Amino acid sequence: MPRALPYLLLLPASLFLLVFFFYPFGLVVVESLTRGGEWTTENFTRMTGHWKFAPAFWNTIWLTAIVVPVQLIMALTMASVVQKLKTGRSGLLYIFAIPLGISDLAAGLIWLAIFEQSGFLNSIFHAFGIIDRPTLYLGYQNMWVIFLAVVLAEIWRATAIMMVIIVAGMGLIPKEYSEAAEVFGASRWQRFTRVTLPLLRPSLQTALILRILMAFEVFAVVMALGGTTLPVLMGETFQWQFQLQDRGVAAAYAMVILGLSVAFSLVVLRLLHVPKGARI
Amino acid sequence: MKSRLKLTLLATASALISTNAIAETLFWSSQATPIEETQAMREQVLSGFDGGVSFQPADPGPWLTRIQAELGAGSGSIGVLGALHGDFTPLAGNLADLSGIDASAVSPGFMELGLLGTGEQKYIPWMQATYVMAAHTNALEYLPDGADLMALSYDELIAWAANMHEATGEPRFGFPAGPQGLKHRFFQGYLLPAYTGSMVTEFRSDAAEEAWTAFLELWEHTNPASTNYSFMQEQLISGDAWLVFDHTARLADAFNQQPDDFVAFPAPAGPAGRGFMPVLAGMAVPETAQDKDAAMDLISYMLAPETQIATLRATNFFPVIDVDFPDDMPPSVQAAGAAIAAMSGADDALPALLPVGLGDLGGQFNQVYNDSFERIVLARQPVRAVLDDQADALRRILDEAGAPCWAPDAPSDGPCPVN
Repeated sequence: MPRALPYLLLLPASLFLLVFFFYPFGLVVVESLTRGGEWTTENFTRMTGHWKFAPAFWNTIWLTAIVVPVQLIMALTMASVVQKLKTGRSGLLYIFAIPLGISDLAAGLIWLAIFEQSGFLNSIFHAFGIIDRPTLYLGYQNMWVIFLAVVLAEIWRATAIMMVIIVAGMGLIPKEYSEAAEVFGASRWQRFTRVTLPLLRPSLQTALILRILMAFEVFAVVMALGGTTLPVLMGETFQWQFQLQDRGVAAAYAMVILGLSVAFSLVVLRLLHVPKGARI
Repeated sequence: MKSRLKLTLLATASALISTNAIAETLFWSSQATPIEETQAMREQVLSGFDGGVSFQPADPGPWLTRIQAELGAGSGSIGVLGALHGDFTPLAGNLADLSGIDASAVSPGFMELGLLGTGEQKYIPWMQATYVMAAHTNALEYLPDGADLMALSYDELIAWAANMHEATGEPRFGFPAGPQGLKHRFFQGYLLPAYTGSMVTEFRSDAAEEAWTAFLELWEHTNPASTNYSFMQEQLISGDAWLVFDHTARLADAFNQQPDDFVAFPAPAGPAGRGFMPVLAGMAVPETAQDKDAAMDLISYMLAPETQIATLRATNFFPVIDVDFPDDMPPSVQAAGAAIAAMSGADDALPALLPVGLGDLGGQFNQVYNDSFERIVLARQPVRAVLDDQADALRRILDEAGAPCWAPDAPSDGPCPVN
């Protein structure tokens, strides 16, 4: 009985995953590769043939490429600050983590309230006499402003989740390593890069993978700020499924997002490879 | 004493629950989705129905997904379906015959649309609407010389927008080009028919190129924030736009809030006529409905003149039967009513029906027009190349759906051709 116990304990979760993840996932794969009951790659040809595919693809990649590194640096800084604090640590942690409790759509709407034609930014500029009349920032002529607004909203919204993981990881690193390095005359920066960062690898791995997956799924924030003006992969998936009622092409988009997520997760795993013996 | 009270409460509760479970007919609607309209439907329209009804609206995508799921499962809880004419076409084979309902007050033309090309009455018309133009009274002084507001042409509309732009320094034409805006209906039912006399077959003709070029000219005087606009009543009220095109239901607030500030008038005419698009919503009963009699009772109730007027108040969709309007109808109804009458009664009127027979490809059909707009107007791609490219997409959709032409295109054998 004791030998079977671990498996029995794993059973409910495994069943749940099988029924609610792997089974639907299989259905999506089939959906993307069939049309009218026949196996075909037409869904993918239609997807890539549509003029919005390329912009959606590159917008998603660029968003990820800009947002994730900035968030990584910010999260590391925030975690280090929190770590150093003697008092008020949990208070600061709590404040940093506030955006985590806000849904992404709400986050998008908050930033929309700032950038809108009648939003806070226009009001402030007007109050200081910088502009005569409200200007339109989120228009189709200024795609880069929409892009920038999405970047800001994403950073504001999702940096905390990386920070929480990194704070937990830093807490696991024994103080002795850092103290030993200090004895040998290592500067603060050297201790951070040579001791803390390498020992943080497992946490960084988790944080990066989680964040990259979320970045490829960016949707509500973009919808709130740019509507369909700034196409992203997830937005197109939604569009094909619900507006265009073409589940095949929507499934093909879902496969592209999945492919990107898997590829980038593998890259992160490889780059931050932690040898088995060195794992904490 | 205490236990007796408990018992009474329990009995009352169970009685309530059981009557609810039996009597409530689920009215699953793709119309009246804004929360104010939903509430008005429940409180002012359906509360008078004896049988008990639960009105639940949904966006067209989820609306179709749920009914398809119920049909696929062979059983379901939806009693009555409420939707636009085009929403019913993919479901035609799974709708009950409603010939038993007395709908003699509805015009025969509308009833025939409800046959969905079959021999059975697949849906009963419920309410109708269309799109009109609206302007702030401030805009009227910039009307070009000699132009008649009730019979404008597209050239005059462009000149009007240009006059306003020049005089006030701001582009004052507003166009519902946001994600939830109904811009595709403008191209399908108004701009293209007015220039080409067709919605589909002449999609890439020289006349269509001319239509898009004219629209580009109009866009010069259009508020660039239009790509964020959904319901033009908001921009009329805020003053961001003085001259707009939209669905009557999406302009109502402006007329109701400031009746003296706005005027409604017919859509402009082009070389081929005054293209406009009547919108018809209907009610149907799916084969999977549990209590078909209750569902049909509900439909009969919805056709009563007083219910039709209550529906008009709730949704700003007009009755499908002849009713005498009471004097206290909201200003939006009076304004839109006059514009609609002038539009449909004009000598050059050219009604363009909502797409028919496209099934679940309706969304992709709309996308062709939206893509054309985004490419030609927003991305400034060459008109001819875009039309040729989008015509291929249009042809593929019509072939796949096997949809024959509908008005204003001449009837076709087989799928409607794109020349």
